[in-house]
Amino acid sequence: MSGREKILNRAVKEIKDGMCVNLGIGMPTLIADRIPEEFDVMLQSENGLLGIGSYPKESEVDADLINAGKETVTAKRNASYFDSAESFSMIRGGHIDLAILGGMEVSETGDLANWMIPGKMVKGMGGAMDLVQGAKRIVVIMDHRNKYGESKVKKSCELPLTGEGVVHVLITDMAVFEFTEKGMELVELQEGVTLEELKEATAASFIVRESVK
Amino acid sequence: MSKIITSLDEVLEQVQDGASIAVGGFGLCGIPEKLIIALQEKGTKELTVYSNNCGVDDWGLGLLLQNKQIKKMVASYVGENKTFEKQFLSGELEVELVPQGTLAERLRAGGAGIPGFYTATGVGTEVAKGKEHKEFDGKTYILERGIVADFAFVKAWKADPFGNLVFRKTARNFNPTVATAGKITIVEVEELVGAGELDPDEIHTPGVYVQHVYEGKTYEKRIERLTTRKEA
Repeated sequence: MSGREKILNRAVKEIKDGMCVNLGIGMPTLIADRIPEEFDVMLQSENGLLGIGSYPKESEVDADLINAGKETVTAKRNASYFDSAESFSMIRGGHIDLAILGGMEVSETGDLANWMIPGKMVKGMGGAMDLVQGAKRIVVIMDHRNKYGESKVKKSCELPLTGEGVVHVLITDMAVFEFTEKGMELVELQEGVTLEELKEATAASFIVRESVK
Repeated sequence: MSKIITSLDEVLEQVQDGASIAVGGFGLCGIPEKLIIALQEKGTKELTVYSNNCGVDDWGLGLLLQNKQIKKMVASYVGENKTFEKQFLSGELEVELVPQGTLAERLRAGGAGIPGFYTATGVGTEVAKGKEHKEFDGKTYILERGIVADFAFVKAWKADPFGNLVFRKTARNFNPTVATAGKITIVEVEELVGAGELDPDEIHTPGVYVQHVYEGKTYEKRIERLTTRKEA
């Protein structure tokens, strides 16, 4: 199984029946297809749709119906449309149960950086800063290391932050961490990864849950 | 006095160099395409534009960029536009990046007569720099200002002669919020219906916010990312 598969398979387990969930653009969007069919889950799109359906058939394509990644989509049963201010009232007001976002760096105190690399073209934060402050639970998914083999799980983030102390769960291709008052805690190792390998690959300090030892 | 206009040129005469304009749309979805093209043709310069995005190189607000009509852009995400990148890096274009929810709420607040509000969005980030911080119930918030623009450019699906508006699907996005935040709000619609034809219960934006309504013909409605599944 590829690292990405491991991340996605683990991330979908964060979604429970009955939840309203926002999936970030990019890798998180791929989680949608893995949600069990029997689950009644409403996916929120911050441009004004609660209840994202599947991609449309060619004959169903509607330019007035897109997701936050600007892809054409459909609306599922029980869906609703609303304006942008309402959309972020929903997010900021704590009515979205879960947001799953991509990350560039996560620190051991649960800081997230995922919107900007200084020196490169700035694209903007979109709705990410609102989501990390507003959604009830924030799950970040990302590769554990960058393409140079350096840890993206840091003591403190070097890139500009999206939010401070906002991450609840971090899922990488090597492990799953939870952030609690005790600090950053390793709760699962991905298949085939040893604790020694993980420590070697991680710049952040973390405690290890009893069940993992 | 009728709000219905049959040409955009006359009403755009009011838009002078240096004006601020709040523009509806998300990506290319629900953008006021006729108003943007008419303003491009008019050539008004030194504009401050409030909009979630800035179009693509050859469509939407990208047309005004190409024509170097925008001095300052206030947006949440501008990643789809090479002209933008060039003008930003050369220093020609001033940019204020605002979190999407904060931008929506700033426009809502401005339109609702609220000069500022506190939000947790952006606390601990670059967005919070220089802003008043205040604690409520043990949590830190920053002060953000409401936005009132000289003009609002809105795209709706249907309007009646009073300017009551109905939007369609996710083309609604920033449009109703922007409509409240303009000193003069100009709306273009796909279909102008007669007085009394809209059920008061179905109206998304009451006509009180709207000064001018224009019926556009043949909307292009470009799609940024066509994604489909196989026909069963």
